[in-house]
Amino acid sequence: MSAVARTGLAPAPMPQPQTPAPAAPIPAPATVAGPVTQIRVVRAEWTKLRALRSTRWCALAAAVLIVGLGALIAGSGTPYRVSPGNTAASGVSVILIGVVFAQLVIGVVGVLAFSGEYGTGMIRATLAVVPARLPVLWAKVIVLVGLVLPVTMLCAFADFLAAAAIESSRGGSVISLTDPGVLRTVYGSSLYLTVVVIIGLALGALFRKTAAGLSVFAAVFFVIPVSVAALPQNIRGFAPYLPSNAGGALWGSPLGSAHALSPWTGFACLCGYAVVLTALAAWQLRRRDA
Amino acid sequence: MIEIDGLTKRYGDKTAVDGLSFVVEPGVVTGFLGPNGAGKSTTMRMIAGLDRPDSGTVRVNGKHYPKTPAPMAELGILLDARSVHPGLSARSNLLALARTAGISRRRVDEVIELAGLAEVAGTRAGGFSLGMGQRLGVAAALLGRPQTVVLDEPVNGLDPDGVLWIRLLLKSLAAEGRTVLVSSHLMSEMAQTATQLVVLGRGKLITESSVEDFVGQATGTGVLVRTPEPVRLGQLLAAPGVTVVNDGTDRMRVAGITAEQIGTAAWRAHLPVFELTPTHASLEEAFMQVTKDSVEYHAGATR
Repeated sequence: MSAVARTGLAPAPMPQPQTPAPAAPIPAPATVAGPVTQIRVVRAEWTKLRALRSTRWCALAAAVLIVGLGALIAGSGTPYRVSPGNTAASGVSVILIGVVFAQLVIGVVGVLAFSGEYGTGMIRATLAVVPARLPVLWAKVIVLVGLVLPVTMLCAFADFLAAAAIESSRGGSVISLTDPGVLRTVYGSSLYLTVVVIIGLALGALFRKTAAGLSVFAAVFFVIPVSVAALPQNIRGFAPYLPSNAGGALWGSPLGSAHALSPWTGFACLCGYAVVLTALAAWQLRRRDA
Repeated sequence: MIEIDGLTKRYGDKTAVDGLSFVVEPGVVTGFLGPNGAGKSTTMRMIAGLDRPDSGTVRVNGKHYPKTPAPMAELGILLDARSVHPGLSARSNLLALARTAGISRRRVDEVIELAGLAEVAGTRAGGFSLGMGQRLGVAAALLGRPQTVVLDEPVNGLDPDGVLWIRLLLKSLAAEGRTVLVSSHLMSEMAQTATQLVVLGRGKLITESSVEDFVGQATGTGVLVRTPEPVRLGQLLAAPGVTVVNDGTDRMRVAGITAEQIGTAAWRAHLPVFELTPTHASLEEAFMQVTKDSVEYHAGATR
């Protein structure tokens, strides 16, 4: 019964006893809920993302894949030597190979941010308190960028520093961040993964089911780029515009297509996909029943 | 206050809610009744703006809910299906909702305490029993101290202590002048909690009345009379609005007038009366009578 005694919620401030209190119905204690703002929804989404175990595991896995694989490659095989055919930047792209694997983990984080809520039913609670709906999508974009950008940036630079040191200690060329294209390759890999998480998020919002969202993500980022390479030359002109190839141009992805776009054109193309998919997700989020 | 006007919702070619109109007034507990598939949950989802009506309008406290600046001040809702993240603790689930409206951690702890979840607040909600999940859902609905509270089957899975908690909670919310709409299939529980009723069948409004009137109109409410002169007494009592049923024995069932009126009439006509027993239909009986034509899923008789 103790729970019952507390149903009265908090007492309202008492008026000064100049007029006798009216014996009218108990006044409802004032609400404690303020207006929904974009900042508040961002805080709410951050609360969820931070508390989920999957977030921590995925961040850890991405770090291990990027730094671990880079160090492994730097420590094995013939040390990389810069020559007219082998630029310093392409050497860095090779030690960033972990990004190719990390993008799957990052894609999972993105897809789950929405599909996880649809799968568990939490989306109904989320959208009931933010009935305008779109602030939820923007907030998820913001918190995912806020998580993925710093984490992958740190990983990319850690990987570069560790792998470059290992290479040079084994007799390879000394590669520095000031060599042409090296800095762009390192931070570009992080920018690439940041856009990838947004694409994952949009797919999760559009498909609502984790399995469907992830399958499409894996098809677009792994299966199609690899299959396309097997197509005859004359019908694979679209290959450089596939998201992973277009974005890969920024960091010189070793899996990139033969005739890659220029780094920033490719990255702009990747961003274009993200914008279109996010816009579709926004439209569907507004339109469909939760 | 909830005002629903001409609300219609179709899923494919099935009409879940069909031209529904009713008003839920503040200050009382309103029961929302109907057989399975009558459209109660769909209506509740439309109140919260989760499902878009095909036509018609819903107003919560006079406003179009999806456009209100402070939704958690207007409406708190518990939906039938689970709507918590199993990977998050009870506290994180509530905190994530609270953050959207700038509600303090202290208030979150307050509703955790209120819902009797203090001991499990830090554990992942995925391991919760049905009853615990319900308590968490009710806690979420109360977070913002909303003006209107909508609860779909709140006592589902609750232990007796929890059922009593919900009953008193709903009454105290109504006493504070809030609007309370609650659905349940437990008629005995509804009879103890609600004073107003909205009854649905196959997506349409069957009736909107007080519990008292609803039960009063049901057959089974009336007076059981035992007399050796059933035919003569029946003729004596005949009047518009009065029904007399006699099965050929000395017993008859009279509805539409009081035991006092029957006794007085019999005494004036010098007719002996051996028994005069006012009877009341239960809410359950009244509900069954009213909805028997609109039950979507009949249980097959066991043969």
